[in-house]
Amino acid sequence: MSAEIRKIATWVEETHREIGQQISPPTRKAVAVAVIKNPFAGSYTEDLTPLMDIGAELGGLLGDKCVAALGITPAQAESYGKAAMVGEGGELEHAAAILHPKLGAPLRVAVEKGAALVPSSKKMGGPGQVLDVPLGHKDAAYVRSHFDGIEVRLNDAPRAGEILVAVAVTDSGRPLPRVGGLTHAEAEGKDGLR
Amino acid sequence: MTRKIVTSVEEIFHEGGPRANTPLKRGSVMAVIQNPYAGSYIEDIQPFMEDLKPLGVAMAQKLLAALGVEAAQIEGYGKGSIVGTGGELEHGALWHAPGGYAMRDVLGGSKAIVPSTKKVGAAGVRLDVPVTHVDASYVRSHFDSIEVGLNDSPRADEMAVILVMTTGARIHNRAGGLDAKEIEGKDGLR
Repeated sequence: MSAEIRKIATWVEETHREIGQQISPPTRKAVAVAVIKNPFAGSYTEDLTPLMDIGAELGGLLGDKCVAALGITPAQAESYGKAAMVGEGGELEHAAAILHPKLGAPLRVAVEKGAALVPSSKKMGGPGQVLDVPLGHKDAAYVRSHFDGIEVRLNDAPRAGEILVAVAVTDSGRPLPRVGGLTHAEAEGKDGLR
Repeated sequence: MTRKIVTSVEEIFHEGGPRANTPLKRGSVMAVIQNPYAGSYIEDIQPFMEDLKPLGVAMAQKLLAALGVEAAQIEGYGKGSIVGTGGELEHGALWHAPGGYAMRDVLGGSKAIVPSTKKVGAAGVRLDVPVTHVDASYVRSHFDSIEVGLNDSPRADEMAVILVMTTGARIHNRAGGLDAKEIEGKDGLR
């Protein structure tokens, strides 16, 4: 089963200044969202394999959208995250089926490498509700400067029979990182942690 | 002085009806800038309009690039502003001329007035920016709006200025009225 997509939205946020400091080059975060039909809305379905396949499809599609929106090469991506919000006709497990088994591999192709776990969040929700997508360094989860998040919200989604699926990619960390810890430059990126 | 720029593009394939061969695109660009007049009443605020002109042009070009289409493919547009709580509504009105004319220039001289809205609000506020046809305001299929907002903006001493563009009619438009094919495009209305 492939995703029946109603709409795709992409969003790029650039921070040029923060608390009086110029950010040069600006830090940039992208998030791409697909609003899809939930094939299992309305009743309990035991086998969620089709949603796992949809997750694989969307991991590549939305990862590519983010990289294109940032205008970077895949290797220039520095952090990533994923999240899903299921409309009221579905169940939380539908978000898990999309996000966890298969979404990561094609996303890692889109951002080149990606040794680290893709941080995630999920919830049930309706149109206009906010979904916070967590962000972490793509190759070394302990890189402290890249812990962040980005908010998404669509006024018309997800409807009861829909799922909102989001993938976020950045080419940078927070605007003014100064709480120490492992840095981007120090990261080895072998074990996904350091 | 710009703190943030956010661009957003929606591609709409359907809304429960027939799937479009070419998705409708709707885009917005928002710049979060310092409000030079926040904090007290200042009588003469018009000098800031000059400063906003190059920002308007840069924003219109950025949005067009994000949409990935030629200027001729833009069929609807709109603009808006949100003034942080340290300012007044009148500051938002400074965006009318620089925002509107910048967008019309970048699009090659559109005829219709650029519809607009404005408000004072705190960080996270949402603004529904109206959209109408670029050459004839009465084209019913192109009446729309695009919601914008940003969780950390505008702060009290900031304002957010916004431009929006669309590549066509509402995805399942069927409410009648003046059709885009019927417009004369001379007076900006029909």
